[in-house]
Amino acid sequence: MPSHDVMPNMDLYQPVQVEDALALADRLADRGWLVGGGQDTYGWLKDRAKSVEAMIDLSGIESLRGIRETADGLEIGALTTLTEVANSPVIQSSYSVLSSAAGKVASPQIRNIGTLGGNVSQDVRCWYYRRGLDCYRAGGNLCYADTPEGMNREHSLFNVSRCVAANPSDTAPALVALDATMVIQSVGGERTVAAEDFFVGPANDIQNTTTIRPGEILTSVRIPSTWANATFYFEKVADRNVWDFPLVNVAAAFKMSGDSIEDSRIVCGAVECKPHRVTNVENAIRGQAKSASTADSVKELATEGARALAHNGYKIPLMQNLVKRAISG
Amino acid sequence: MTTHLGFDFTPPDVEGKVSGEIKYAEDYKRDGMVFARILTSPLPAGRVANIDASAALRMDGVVGVFTADDLPPSPPPGNPTLASEYVTYVGQPILVVAAVTEEIAESAIDNIRVDFERRDFVVDPMESLTPGGKNAYPEGNVLIRTREEGPGGTPIIGAEIRDIKWPQSAIDAMRNGRNPVDGEFTTEWAFGDIDAGFAESVAVIEEPFVTMGYPHHCLEARTSMAYWENGKCYFHGSSQSQSANNNGLARMMNIDPGDLVFINEATGGGFGSKIGPYPIMAVAGNFSRMLNRPVQLRITREQEFYIGSARSGMQGWIKIGVKEDGKVAAVDLVIVNDGGSTGGGSGNSSAGHVTITFQPENMRYRGISVYTNTTPRGAQRGPGENEMAAVLAPITDKAAAVVNMDRVRFRRANVIDSDGVRSQSQSGVTSAFVREALDQGMRLFNWNERINQPKRTGNGNKVRGRGVGIGYHGAGSRGYDGLVRIGTDGRLYIHSGVGNLGTYSYAGTCRAAAEVLQVPWDRCEILRGRTDNHLPHSSGQGGSNTMFTHTRTNWVAAEDAVNKLKEIAAADLGGSPNDYEIDGERVFSSSDSSQGLTYAQAAQRAIEMGGRYSGMEYPDDINPITQRAVQGIQGTGLIGVSKDNIPGQGQPPGNVVGFTEIELDLDTGKYEILDYAAVADCGTVIHPTNFMNSMRGGAVWGVGMANLERHVYDPQNGLPANTGLYQSKPPTYLDVPTSTRAAAVNIPDPQNPAGCRGIGEPTQGASVAAIASALSDALDGHLFNTAPTTTDMIVNHLAGNSYSTQSLKTNTF
Repeated sequence: MPSHDVMPNMDLYQPVQVEDALALADRLADRGWLVGGGQDTYGWLKDRAKSVEAMIDLSGIESLRGIRETADGLEIGALTTLTEVANSPVIQSSYSVLSSAAGKVASPQIRNIGTLGGNVSQDVRCWYYRRGLDCYRAGGNLCYADTPEGMNREHSLFNVSRCVAANPSDTAPALVALDATMVIQSVGGERTVAAEDFFVGPANDIQNTTTIRPGEILTSVRIPSTWANATFYFEKVADRNVWDFPLVNVAAAFKMSGDSIEDSRIVCGAVECKPHRVTNVENAIRGQAKSASTADSVKELATEGARALAHNGYKIPLMQNLVKRAISG
Repeated sequence: MTTHLGFDFTPPDVEGKVSGEIKYAEDYKRDGMVFARILTSPLPAGRVANIDASAALRMDGVVGVFTADDLPPSPPPGNPTLASEYVTYVGQPILVVAAVTEEIAESAIDNIRVDFERRDFVVDPMESLTPGGKNAYPEGNVLIRTREEGPGGTPIIGAEIRDIKWPQSAIDAMRNGRNPVDGEFTTEWAFGDIDAGFAESVAVIEEPFVTMGYPHHCLEARTSMAYWENGKCYFHGSSQSQSANNNGLARMMNIDPGDLVFINEATGGGFGSKIGPYPIMAVAGNFSRMLNRPVQLRITREQEFYIGSARSGMQGWIKIGVKEDGKVAAVDLVIVNDGGSTGGGSGNSSAGHVTITFQPENMRYRGISVYTNTTPRGAQRGPGENEMAAVLAPITDKAAAVVNMDRVRFRRANVIDSDGVRSQSQSGVTSAFVREALDQGMRLFNWNERINQPKRTGNGNKVRGRGVGIGYHGAGSRGYDGLVRIGTDGRLYIHSGVGNLGTYSYAGTCRAAAEVLQVPWDRCEILRGRTDNHLPHSSGQGGSNTMFTHTRTNWVAAEDAVNKLKEIAAADLGGSPNDYEIDGERVFSSSDSSQGLTYAQAAQRAIEMGGRYSGMEYPDDINPITQRAVQGIQGTGLIGVSKDNIPGQGQPPGNVVGFTEIELDLDTGKYEILDYAAVADCGTVIHPTNFMNSMRGGAVWGVGMANLERHVYDPQNGLPANTGLYQSKPPTYLDVPTSTRAAAVNIPDPQNPAGCRGIGEPTQGASVAAIASALSDALDGHLFNTAPTTTDMIVNHLAGNSYSTQSLKTNTF
């Protein structure tokens, strides 16, 4: 296969109003490519693993940037950089699971450019898929990773269906833990989707990782105050401590009633094609003390239903340990 | 005595590197230059059946296509510049297309149709050795070095490919961690009597091990740009070496070396990957000649992975017998190297490392390097030695434990000293002070106290481990040339044919000339970086040899200049040369310092006197490269030129010992390196800051080998998974300690007038060995026997799962 690293020829649109961007997105549909920070754009296009006729550069639309306090929490523009999310005082004080997660993405340089919208919209990190092979996700009829000899150390444990790729986002589990709402606009208007429903697995849609469709733009993320100032936990385990995707991460929010867990949302990343909420664990710890013994007693529930591939079996104990730490930490 | 040696200075290219003003090969442009890009193989094995470039050649702006047919044939086992009959790995260059812009050249690649015929492929050497296993080449799977008697008794060294299969019993033995008794090897040597050695041992340890190959991923991809003027080829390239490239690069273009101007002021990494002219260098010059235009061949990051070469992986088995007093009585070692598409491995060097660390009286080594359809393999920082250090360190700890010895003291009892011998040849070294390094390191690290501290410190589910390791690499050579010139301006011009890999040793070695001639550093100028700066015959900047080798060459050249200064003074002022001495950039009478000449005056007199003083004549024994360099500057000053004929024998070793403490998280398999302290045995430290840089840089490399870096190949299709820099996972700033400590024994080597030896490569070996030792210590002596030992392996061990390297089935994941 040819090795490229120069951008192919394509049209470039640089709207400064969201309405213009929506019109372009509507007109170009799947012939266009939305780019914000570009951290999951240029690799695809330079490698020729994906090709489009035009790029719609959203980075000039100021209205898509910034963190605003609302009557019911926060609204974060999709183009807000991960550094801004990580350093935001209001996020750090009331929704620290998100600032912690954003601060663990990739490297400082990438966080300075990469956006929250891009981080949750990024494609899966299956190396076969990203090499441009004709796998199921790319429209073919094979999965190269889900074989006895496939190199699938980073792939999914849960809910695989023809594709075993994992969602690599660090902020996505945090947004699901915060019960965030994704705001999606098109020329037809605005729709909102719960973060938990924003991400889709291969059984429902094997070619997309989110519910966004051609012509739509993720414009912001709303964080409700429901979980403000909860007890939070975020941890990411990656091979490297900088510039790496998670092997497994966990984002958790706990509402406490005295020493007891009144409610919780615990979400793991990099174990499924979408953030994986461990509702059985949440149910099991409701009313329990937030303690090491509680954590030990439920940690194995976290991986119920997990199916290890040839090389990712380590994710099962790792995920159990991270859920344990989230509860006991 | 010294004013230069052992003192810091700023090498002249540092400012340009910090400011970005220095130019790498890719930064050079030329009027009319065209951009060339490579089409690479999508297949791991096959042949090119047909190339149809007609559509590309019809594109506006495309100026030409260059294929294997435009170069001399390079049949196996050669590593061809462009593949045709033998395509042997994914990413192998097939052809090059040139256009007036990069964008057009890239688009043209997509308009070239290449028809391939597929062949069987294999990515695991053990699979290839299995009965019925596939071969990487149609002719076989093993590279055999041949040596025949030629005319007049001159040996003819050759190489061929053979098909070697092991009986299933040997395969099963290797995969189950046993001695592959009936396996066939291509390298076998032994000394002593290993059976007797094992018989007198109180404990015998047998362990299998696996280390993974991994790419260089040099930060500067190996772009080149070439153009022709007045019959000369001007070639901007990226190399570790300068003069050492001249002949080979000229041969690639079939020109006289005198018609080559090789320009390479700065190099963004190499460390074994760019020692000499590498195959893709053949394109730019030849394509430029074909097109009659300057050609820049820019290499992408992915292509750098493919063609930048990689460390060879190995699968092995070792048996060690230990006597009651802790001395290693016998070693039996087997290594199967993954030779990639070029077939060579580093097993012999790995075995050499064992001889250094154990000094066994009895040893047998059996090795074989097997071709696989993966990227070319070559030298990479301490090739063979450092990966052996990684897996040997915990095994050494186990050996120490069975005789109830402290791990450092066990090493101290066995390691080489100045009277020791090394490798198959059991030949000597110039000097070795590893025991002194261990003693110094124990004090620096506070070993005795720290190993008695509890492993659990109450910091969550974490446990600490302390480790020690030894790194070694041969670190010096002999017989190259030095060339200096005193100009009529009185300045000292030091001509260096050493490359500028980024280690700054080219500059450190020049300090020896300044020292001998006692010239202030600001009155010295280093001439280097391009052939037309008239550079002498120098070693390739590899093998950690530069400091030893070229302090010697600069020393002898400067001594020649000193002798000529005294001779000129005696001729002009009377008396004999022995009546004169030098100081303050003057040569003067020892009895009356007012009677003398400044260096500027002496240089003017040298020109007037001619002959050997001004370089009109030169020694017979200097290399033709140096002869051309002298011819280029003859008559311009006082010329000091000499071959390094300093007597001596034995290999100058570079030795480093490392000590580390880690804290392992038992929930996540991650560990933090809390402290790392290393002590080098490298003779006299010439340039303290650069010494520290080397110690730190090597330690970082060790972190990568210990935990992160490896090839990942899919055996289903021969595809590499980690062609990108981020996928290959070199350590980042948060993967290494915020500070490390380093020191040197600083005992001069007796065979170097400046007292120094090299140290670049073993810095990594000591680091990876110490980390592996500490990891084993944290886990109460568990042996992974792998390099790297990745997070998933540690998690699996802690969870009681088997991990994929346990069966030794593959060394690629």
